[in-house]
Amino acid sequence: MTQTPTAAATDRYVDQFNALREEREKEPLWLRDLRREAFDYFQRMGWPIDEKRDEAWKYTDVKPIARASFRLPDAPGAALTDEDIVRLLPFDEGMSRVVFIDGHYAPEVSRIRQPDHASVRRLKEAIQQDESFVHGHLARYSAPHHDASVALNTTFFRDGVFIYTDRPLSAPVHVVYVTSEHADPVVTYPRTLVVAGTNAEVTLIESYVSLGTRNHFTDPVTEIALGEGSHVTHYRLLLENTDSYSIGHVRPCLGPDSTYKSVVYEAGSGLMRLDLEVLIEGPGAFADLRGLYLTRGKQHLDNLVSIDHAKPHGKSRLYYKGILDDESRAVFGGTVYVQPGADKTDAYQEDKNLLLSDRAEADSKPSLEIYADDVKCGHGATAGAVADEAIFYLRSRGIDEQTASRLLIKGFASEILDEVGIEALRVFLEERTTQSLPRFQAGLAA
Amino acid sequence: MAQTNHNRPILDIRDLHVSVGDNEILRGMDLSVSLGEVHAIMGPNGSGKSTFTNVVAGRPGYTITKGEIIYEGESILGMFPDERARKGIFLALQYPVELPGIRNREFLRTALEALREARGETKLAIREFNKFLEEKAKAMDFEPDLMKRNVNEGFSGGEKKRNEILQMSVLDPKLALLDETDSGLDIDALKVVSRGVNEFRGPDKAIVLVTHYQRILNYIKPDFVHVLIEGRIVRSGGSDLAQELEAQGYEWLREPPEQAA
Repeated sequence: MTQTPTAAATDRYVDQFNALREEREKEPLWLRDLRREAFDYFQRMGWPIDEKRDEAWKYTDVKPIARASFRLPDAPGAALTDEDIVRLLPFDEGMSRVVFIDGHYAPEVSRIRQPDHASVRRLKEAIQQDESFVHGHLARYSAPHHDASVALNTTFFRDGVFIYTDRPLSAPVHVVYVTSEHADPVVTYPRTLVVAGTNAEVTLIESYVSLGTRNHFTDPVTEIALGEGSHVTHYRLLLENTDSYSIGHVRPCLGPDSTYKSVVYEAGSGLMRLDLEVLIEGPGAFADLRGLYLTRGKQHLDNLVSIDHAKPHGKSRLYYKGILDDESRAVFGGTVYVQPGADKTDAYQEDKNLLLSDRAEADSKPSLEIYADDVKCGHGATAGAVADEAIFYLRSRGIDEQTASRLLIKGFASEILDEVGIEALRVFLEERTTQSLPRFQAGLAA
Repeated sequence: MAQTNHNRPILDIRDLHVSVGDNEILRGMDLSVSLGEVHAIMGPNGSGKSTFTNVVAGRPGYTITKGEIIYEGESILGMFPDERARKGIFLALQYPVELPGIRNREFLRTALEALREARGETKLAIREFNKFLEEKAKAMDFEPDLMKRNVNEGFSGGEKKRNEILQMSVLDPKLALLDETDSGLDIDALKVVSRGVNEFRGPDKAIVLVTHYQRILNYIKPDFVHVLIEGRIVRSGGSDLAQELEAQGYEWLREPPEQAA
């Protein structure tokens, strides 16, 4: 019997699923059912390629992922020290830190500041110790049948982070998902669940990093439930190597009068899709979404952001910015839905791109779907302000090229990075931003 | 004080031919500008006025196929725009660029520091700079708040042009090229811009003002007026030439098609 490469790759998932039977048998029944359901969905639907590639995947082709075989690492491929983490991510002093290497918890570099009235722990542990609570939330926001990547994550996730609090959490929680260097491509399925109770305050930083330069695949899902009046600040840093793939889903559900602030920073990955799907589930909630993506080489980064205003008096603000170099491509698809009855909604979204190369391409598609009355909605996009004009302008005033480029990039990025309230993190991201565009280390003239 | 040699030109354009793609825009332009002088270059759309100022400032995208640009006795053809600026050349852009995230104050301070360093001058303390900038901004009728805003972002057309003249006044070049600084200005903005240029004017400065209309020359009286048509200077004269052009247009100066040589 001949098989298409895609079918062969799907068989690989079946083998992996079967291989984990023993591990699953230790899990509660509801979780086993959930995984079964998710895997059934994946087997039925597969990846959105070829004829299954719909509008949502118009600009992003996941064939390289669908056709490849990724191994689930049995054990971490590397050990890290505290110095290693500080060198990679020098901003988490005083924070709780939870590290996973190749999907496995790394206690030697983790330090959880366990406050009263709160639970910050490994998801695996929470499933054992707080089973019914986790059961009430896990996969409730990010449903396994959302798409192939969520289905696979639900099927295969091993561990991750669980945060529950009903008070302000004093220290931010830094979750680090590391993939180490392997000879063959590996996959990890990080899973993060945050439940912020009434009036709780949580700051979550997720960092995705690779230790090597070889291809790997990360398929993360982050669910965030915001109770009434709660505040969650969420930073998501994608710093994986430029040969890797990342298809992720972030799903914040906002209760009444809650505030969700997110900053996504994407400087890594070769092929990335981040599906940020915000639900305004309670009246008066506020979502403030900012993103900065930096692409070069042949990177392809796709941000799909949807904000679903289901209840009245909600407010959302979205500002995404991209700096694109070489032959890279960035896709931004933003949709604001205002459901019937979500009156007095106030929504604005804007995506701006700065092209450093005429071979780079930005596709920006903000859209509004409004089914309610008395709303205030707007959007804007700049597909490609070419940097040359601005560089010439700065240079014509006597500023050398390198300084001009730095000023321009720093300035363009500042509208996003100035919103980063943790100073050490902001400084790190500012430095990372200028370093991410190596041509401005040497100067264009060189 | 050093003696200024008014006989030796600060800018000498010799038989300049410039193309954009396959299109030859300047076709043998000659011009000589000395310190203390204000030159107006007038001409219809597409005559090569902006090409000329851009090429002197070193903007990329133009190919010089023949001729020379001599500034202070040396060719500047191989120099980058920032090198030219550090030697004292300033271009007020026809379409000033918006710089998101870069504040006016930061922009001007960075530029001034680069120029002061090139001139061998010491750094200005922030307080000194702020005071200096405040005075300059006031002279251009700018609210102090405008200096905290991003360069040209959300500025009106008039504000953008005034901002160019403010930059000129802060950076204090030797040679200022003004590319249609008057276009799109209402009469009040035109007066402010002209006042700025007249204050800048002096025995150790040279100004080349490129314009389509005679109007600005009512406020800035040029020493010389040149008419640029199809990439060549076809007529030069005193400020009365501008009046003549205003009355008669440019057509009478066009070369009659291929008369007997």
